[in-house]
Amino acid sequence: MEFVLAIIVGILATSAFYLMLRRSLVKVILGMVFLGNAVNLTIFSVARVTKGYAAFIPENASTLEGVYADPLPQALILTAIVIGFGTQAFAIALFRKAFQKVGDDDLDKMNSTDIMCNEDIPGDK
Amino acid sequence: MNSILAMPVVFPLFTGIIMLFFWKHRQIQRIINFLGSTATLALAIYLTWYIKTSGIQCLYIGAWKAPFGIIFTADLLTMTMILVSGIIGFATSIYSLGTMDETREHFGYYPLLQIMIMGINGSFMTGDLFNMFVWFEVLLISSFSLVALGGERSQLEGAIKYVILNLLSSSLFVVGVGILYGITGGLNMADLARKIPMLPNQGIVNVMAMFFLISFGIKAAIFPLFFWLPASYHTPPAAVSAIFAGMLTKVGVYALFRVFTLIFVTNVAFTHTIIIIIAMLTMLSGVLGAASQMEFRRILSFHIISQIGYMILGLGLMTPLGIAGGVFYIFHHIIVKTNLFFVSGVVNELKGTYLLKKLGGVLKLYPLLGLLFLIPALSLGGVPPLSGFWAKYTVAVAAVEKGEYLALAVSLFVGLLTLFSMIKIWNEVFWKEQKAEFAAEQQALRQLPKFKIAMMFVPIILLAAITLFIGLNPEPFLDYANEAAQQLLNPSIYINAVLGGAQ
Repeated sequence: MEFVLAIIVGILATSAFYLMLRRSLVKVILGMVFLGNAVNLTIFSVARVTKGYAAFIPENASTLEGVYADPLPQALILTAIVIGFGTQAFAIALFRKAFQKVGDDDLDKMNSTDIMCNEDIPGDK
Repeated sequence: MNSILAMPVVFPLFTGIIMLFFWKHRQIQRIINFLGSTATLALAIYLTWYIKTSGIQCLYIGAWKAPFGIIFTADLLTMTMILVSGIIGFATSIYSLGTMDETREHFGYYPLLQIMIMGINGSFMTGDLFNMFVWFEVLLISSFSLVALGGERSQLEGAIKYVILNLLSSSLFVVGVGILYGITGGLNMADLARKIPMLPNQGIVNVMAMFFLISFGIKAAIFPLFFWLPASYHTPPAAVSAIFAGMLTKVGVYALFRVFTLIFVTNVAFTHTIIIIIAMLTMLSGVLGAASQMEFRRILSFHIISQIGYMILGLGLMTPLGIAGGVFYIFHHIIVKTNLFFVSGVVNELKGTYLLKKLGGVLKLYPLLGLLFLIPALSLGGVPPLSGFWAKYTVAVAAVEKGEYLALAVSLFVGLLTLFSMIKIWNEVFWKEQKAEFAAEQQALRQLPKFKIAMMFVPIILLAAITLFIGLNPEPFLDYANEAAQQLLNPSIYINAVLGGAQ
């Protein structure tokens, strides 16, 4: 199982970095989504994938018995998914606004703060 | 229970929430924001005194004992950062009253500011690695909004680079946290510090150290990961870029100090040598970048990078004096750098531009402003007797003691070039005559409302006074930094305070 997960993480991360290095903003955001999923699967697989029960302590017992899955990585992934969702939503809104302002989704057209740093930038007040 | 340790997070949170109830009432928001940041500052001062007298304190959230629950831990390094974040939050709140435009205030500038301060304080207080990631995201999402708020073209372009690179850094951080959990079974920093030396496979620990170095390095803007900083920090209004310049990269520096003095100390010859090399390259690339710029805030942005180099040089040396120098440097740098951005904002209010070629003649009209620029500028350059001299001197002496003569040479050379950049700003903005064709846009200071003038100058004078005070009276601050360094270099103190009898 870890083997399959590792392959999937590799494919996701490769596509993510390939997309993030593209000039189009839409591809960048897709890359960020892929990377988020790659990260979550990584956490899932490094914390050991076990076939077992949920980590509930049975009635009339004080400790866990048998094989059970570690619940903490799942909590971590859940948190990371929620946070990733929020930041990606913000990024989409930001990219849309930038697209409207610049009139292009090409990142190479969005370098006026770097190359025109000694001039007034058109579009600012 | 030490519930007071949660208060640096709770105060800004409640200030932000209360302000949301007055969404349409700009004046009420301004008053609440001022009161809230004053309270946070007062709390930070009290808490620093408390930790200084009573040693490292922990708050076990929900009474879950370490290492199972999330904890807040306060040692002297934490308190340095909380104190300085209180000072900067207070100064920025006042400065915003004078300079922030009405539109941004209507669209939630003050709540965002408070939530960002909450995120900053949270990442300083937490003693749990995953929790630190969560606080990073809290401060990042509010800083994303702050940098884009207003929606000018340059702001949006800067924000895109800032957002993409910081999200990438967060992803690396989470991967690192996940793998560390996989190999140790813990996320509590004290617990990790205890378990990592016992691991049979030390190779993966080095890989993890590099993961964290890259991830925090992007946030701290070290070489070669700093390119988002000069592209974005000069685009938002002066008050926003001032608090960004002061606090945000230093959150990354704090995280580096924390993990590389507590967790990744098993292979110092490898990790800390890399940090020293990166520190030298960071100093050089930052200061050379600044030398080629002709825009007030871009010069200052590049100088943030070169100053980060000094701080992590102190960390890389890993001697008591080096760490103490680093801690002292962080404290001094945040105050000085924020103040320089404040001054640049006042110049922009008067002249309507940040471009050096359009500026000029400020000294003749406003000699006091010139003096107030000169104090932080010379301090940044390391001129005695200002605070920057003592910071640079401590780090330099530590480099000599360790035998790192190349690092010493680089740091002195960079100090010289810093002075060169500051003199360039002084010449172009304050001294030279302004060209007549650019003089039309300016407005005289006395035409501005009295309230606005007061709100702009009070924080600048306050921070300049702190710089002078540290410069003329460095002894208590250096003692404090030495004590903090002792705590950082003896992780067993921290581990015992957190885990107590659980060992």
